[in-house]
Amino acid sequence: MAKRIDAFGVSAFYGSFKAIDSISMTIEPKTVTALIGPSGCGKSTFLRTINRMHEVVPGARVEGRLTVDEQNIYDRDVDVTAVRRMIGMVFQRPNPFPTMSVYDNVVAGLRLAGVRGRSTLDDACERALRRANLWTEVSTRLNRPGGSLSGGQQQRLCIARAIAVEPEVLLMDEPCSALDPISTRAVEDLIGELRGDYTIVIVTHNMQQAARVSDRTAFFAIDSTGEPGRLVEYDETSRIFSSPRVKKTEDYIAGRFG
Amino acid sequence: MTTVTGTVVPRRDLRPRRLPSWSPALVAALAATVAVLAVRLGGLLGGGWALTTVVAVALFLTGLGTASRLVEGARSARDRVATALVYSAFTLALLPLVSVAATLVARGVSRLDGTFFSHSMRNITAFDSAGGAYHAIVGTVEQVGIAVMITVPLGVAAAVYVVEYGRGGLARAIQFVVDVMTGVPSIVAGLFVLAFWVLVVTPVINDGRPGYSGFAAALALSVLMLPTVTRSTEEMLRLVPATLREGAYALGIAKWKTVARVVLPAARGGIVTGVMLAIARAAGETAPVLLVAGGNPAINFNPFRDSQASLSLFIYDQAGLASKYGPPRAWTAALTLVALVLALTVAAKLLSRRTRLPR
Repeated sequence: MAKRIDAFGVSAFYGSFKAIDSISMTIEPKTVTALIGPSGCGKSTFLRTINRMHEVVPGARVEGRLTVDEQNIYDRDVDVTAVRRMIGMVFQRPNPFPTMSVYDNVVAGLRLAGVRGRSTLDDACERALRRANLWTEVSTRLNRPGGSLSGGQQQRLCIARAIAVEPEVLLMDEPCSALDPISTRAVEDLIGELRGDYTIVIVTHNMQQAARVSDRTAFFAIDSTGEPGRLVEYDETSRIFSSPRVKKTEDYIAGRFG
Repeated sequence: MTTVTGTVVPRRDLRPRRLPSWSPALVAALAATVAVLAVRLGGLLGGGWALTTVVAVALFLTGLGTASRLVEGARSARDRVATALVYSAFTLALLPLVSVAATLVARGVSRLDGTFFSHSMRNITAFDSAGGAYHAIVGTVEQVGIAVMITVPLGVAAAVYVVEYGRGGLARAIQFVVDVMTGVPSIVAGLFVLAFWVLVVTPVINDGRPGYSGFAAALALSVLMLPTVTRSTEEMLRLVPATLREGAYALGIAKWKTVARVVLPAARGGIVTGVMLAIARAAGETAPVLLVAGGNPAINFNPFRDSQASLSLFIYDQAGLASKYGPPRAWTAALTLVALVLALTVAAKLLSRRTRLPR
């Protein structure tokens, strides 16, 4: 059920500023792909072009083609909400809806898409929370506000919320950067369990994390301040971390720059 | 004493000298005594109570400041004086509020009886002891209620457009017009509805006669409430974090549903506060009601037909009567109006409390 993603010359702009320049890469289905690179290199921007979240920012636009199973998601007649339902996203900071309970948070995507029926929603809620390894912790407090959980639980709640709408691709924008090591471990274990069913793309600043969870790694960089970010090297994770082809990648991984 | 390579480093005292805890009370008592002796009994500055208080506060501030400076040092002295000033300002700000409330209760209780809340002023002259404000309460509740029904959807919709959808010219124009409307005097709002609705529109459906009505008053109040509701809703929507909207978009939720089910609920507490401020302002307006509802001593439940009274208009009428029965009725009506707005505010706060954004 997971999807293959192909980017062909994707450039993204904020107003007149070009944030990423002509990225072309293929993301294989049912793998975990990590995007690494120094701050401001455009990895988050590229991630947000994959489910058309980039254009939410006023003045932002995208050029190029990005296909999911051979359909260009930037075609004029594409329904943005359908794209985003197929390609879910988890953000850097947990963002549960503050006015909703844990239960309502998980089923929000389904309910607001028009899914009715108590038992359908109950099943979907339990399934998503179990997948997110959160069910045992929150099953007795489904009616508590989403914001009452701890930070790590909130992030797993957001993952449950994202997978409840049954997407085929899951984008994660530094999902562990606001979490402590134990919660990070929980989220990483979760990524490992989800890998067989979903295509996962994860942005991370933590290179050990990229090495631990991903199958393939893409290294992004900018040549100098004000220049757009570009894809420097993209290969099997083991290869990137052991014998990268490009000097710049090697320097970054060895901690010599960035 | 510790010695470091021969030089003596003095021990830093982490527990400086402090004035005893009863000293502010002592200084206050002394200042009050001196002020009363000099001003009240000595006749200095005319000997009035107000100036006595001012002198006492000034003496207290200088006395405490000096004592603290001598014993505790300059920083503590500034701290004590600043603290005392803040408390004085707080008391000063609270004074008019307490005074208004106390006066209202003291003067309003004389007619706080069953007749007042069950009878109108029909066939009651200035020299009759009975009479009540039932008709005026009905008028205020209906007029403000209709005005809320008009302004809340309109104001919230305008704010949602400006914040969530508006790009460029139209949104800026709406914001500008709303800002200008905030400054419209209530009498102008009343004249607008008089000239437009009462004298031009209603005669067409009313056999050529102008239609004074509670609804016309509600229209005028709406003109006054709309900018308050729109502005406060705008500000509240801007406070909703962008991450919440993005979280909803990323689930494939359409934009209008995101606004209706995620953004507006998150801003509900603040929106309710804005609506309550608008209600409080509108409920006290007299001029527009006088112009377009006309006032009516009898009970009129129908806001769309014939003149209607309101509490503020009732206060205006009764307070001006040269009799011993009019002014007490006005005081009780004023007390009723304040109680009404207070009850509404408390109810609205309780209803919207559970949806406050967590930090």
